[in-house]
Amino acid sequence: MKKTGAQILCESLIKEGGDVIFGILGGALLPLYDTLPQYPQLRHILVRHEQGAAHAADGYARVTHKAGVCIATSGPGATNLVTGIANAYMDSSPIIAITGQVARPFIGKDAFQETDITGITLPVTKHNYLVTDTAELAQTVKEAFYIAQTGRPGPVLIDLPKDVQQEEVEFAEPEEVDLPGYRFVSRGHSIQIKKAVRRINKAERPLIIAGRGIVISQAYNELKELAEKAQIPVVSTLLGISSFPGDHILNFGMIGMHGLACANMAVQNADLIIATGMRFDDRATASTQSFAPQALIIHVDIDPAEIGKNIPVDIPIVGDVKTVLKAMNKQIERGEHLDWLTQLDQWRREHPLLESRQGDELLPGYVIHQIHEITQGDTIIVTGVGQHQMWAAQHFLYTRPNSFISSGGLGTMGFELPAAMGAKVGQPEETVWCIAGDGGFQMTVQELGTIVQEHLAVKIAIINNGYLGMVRQWQEFFYERRYVDTKLWNPDFVKIAEAYDIPGIKVKSREEVTPAIQKAMDYPGPFLIDFVVEPEENVYPMVQPGESLSQILERPRPERARSY
Amino acid sequence: MKHTLVALVENKPGVLNRVSSLFRRRAFNIESIVVGHSEQPGLSRMTVVVNGDSARIEQVRKQLDKLINVVRVSDITAEDIVTRELALIKVKTTTATRSEIIQIVDIFRANIVDVASDSLTVEVTGDEDKVESLLELLRSFGVKEISRTGRIALTRGGVA
Repeated sequence: MKKTGAQILCESLIKEGGDVIFGILGGALLPLYDTLPQYPQLRHILVRHEQGAAHAADGYARVTHKAGVCIATSGPGATNLVTGIANAYMDSSPIIAITGQVARPFIGKDAFQETDITGITLPVTKHNYLVTDTAELAQTVKEAFYIAQTGRPGPVLIDLPKDVQQEEVEFAEPEEVDLPGYRFVSRGHSIQIKKAVRRINKAERPLIIAGRGIVISQAYNELKELAEKAQIPVVSTLLGISSFPGDHILNFGMIGMHGLACANMAVQNADLIIATGMRFDDRATASTQSFAPQALIIHVDIDPAEIGKNIPVDIPIVGDVKTVLKAMNKQIERGEHLDWLTQLDQWRREHPLLESRQGDELLPGYVIHQIHEITQGDTIIVTGVGQHQMWAAQHFLYTRPNSFISSGGLGTMGFELPAAMGAKVGQPEETVWCIAGDGGFQMTVQELGTIVQEHLAVKIAIINNGYLGMVRQWQEFFYERRYVDTKLWNPDFVKIAEAYDIPGIKVKSREEVTPAIQKAMDYPGPFLIDFVVEPEENVYPMVQPGESLSQILERPRPERARSY
Repeated sequence: MKHTLVALVENKPGVLNRVSSLFRRRAFNIESIVVGHSEQPGLSRMTVVVNGDSARIEQVRKQLDKLINVVRVSDITAEDIVTRELALIKVKTTTATRSEIIQIVDIFRANIVDVASDSLTVEVTGDEDKVESLLELLRSFGVKEISRTGRIALTRGGVA
């Protein structure tokens, strides 16, 4: 049966499980958009900027564990996707980016709104395609989903010339994907697993570092079984947060530059580390030379190129972390490690997270903590990058699997709002809180329009300190408080929300915090709270750049223990 | 140290770009890169010569292996391999030097593929040392142009 390229694309998307498309049309996409009404199964969400489409698809993918789809037109539409694609690439998030392209005869002629988007996105996609033969489109879409969602997930881009969308060809559903150059190993090598288990059974101070791989392969139970059976403490990377219950007695928190002191001390004193689904990012390891100096390192990851990339590994196990942990659990012996756990508990008591000042100042940690208190952790938290992200990582107790969505590797300001939007579309029954910085919020604020148009009840908390806060903190610490261009003049965020028909409250004092959050929760639609917090509050603890995880800078000012 | 990587890649548009841009992104300088058809239809064999320590080369090899269009890639530096390069060298001649040049070319079992009144074009095949040695001798006569293919390589015996 003959179908147009646009029809073939829609049918292929549906067949691959695509139900939502985040996008904006344009000249090179008119044939496709003209076809969309024929396929009511595809819900199109009209975003306000293509970056929003990519982040939304990313947020959607992270909460649904399937590929998110975004669409942009040729030229500037396509280039606007790039930040979102790069973000998904760094955090191994499966998205399918579809871009309109000028018609085939115009390619290479610098036609209106032509860009070489496959060239541009080469280093930030797992793979990409320029479809030049309409007869290959169905096969291409099938491959794209397969590549995006299997192995180590990642973004795949399909560039679709306008005349390919229009052209009619005989449509035959593709059967299999045939990709001779694409392989991934799911089952870890049994000898390596055996070797690892033997060392784990013998270890005195073992430690598990849980990364985003646990979330991606949904290995929550396997991780828990390993930790509990062998009594191994668990710490996590930033994106490993919510892979292991925050209230579990064996959870010692996040490691890294702003990790908990006890988590970093655990890494530095462990005699064996089981790194699961993580890639030893420099924000997690600090100085690699002095990382975990006493530990034998077992690294479980599905991407062989991550093995030994940043940290030399003693026992590599390439495979899907869920499958590997399952195999490990069968062989692992019950353990106790009482001395080690007692030591860690002591460090945790000696190095609690601290609030700095008494009094009425509104401190960001308190705000985050109160969001936890009122939601009881039963929410998905979405953040951008910076101070608000670290506070959200530190002061919220993540008890639900996969409840922390954040821009990790790329560190993208403005990720939070569109990603929260995508998360809400993917999990409409869940409460979604977007924790935003006042800087990052303004980078993608236009998506408030999408949120209203699509009736998405996203709750927005702006941690507003009037600065590009993390950069200001670095200027304070490393540039003698020369605050060059980090102070922001901000609009009235509540008025902005109102202009979008979103109710909002400005909160300036501690006593207003809880009622405001409660009000947001009670309101059936989207709601915005502008928390005007202490402007020069810093994120502690901090491991300064270039230092080892042992050199932890804790809050120097008069302190009191965290007691909200 | 110089490493020789051999990759079997799908013969599709943009594959050379994918491979070479990966080297650039990981900050490697390619000494030479050669692509041509392989024994299997639809697949090309690529030989890349690149400088770097073994750990970094292993990292780039793994990254190459992740490219969807790269079917297989191996670092064959430490293996028993045959390597060849082809060079075309246009050398200045006069009536006085022509016969001497022809003698040198003969010694190297190279060929003369073009003759003009004031130049000869020599085709030489061999490993890089041989090409270099011939080039060295010919320089004294004045070399006008050189075109070299870069290294191609296969492992000896069996199949890599």
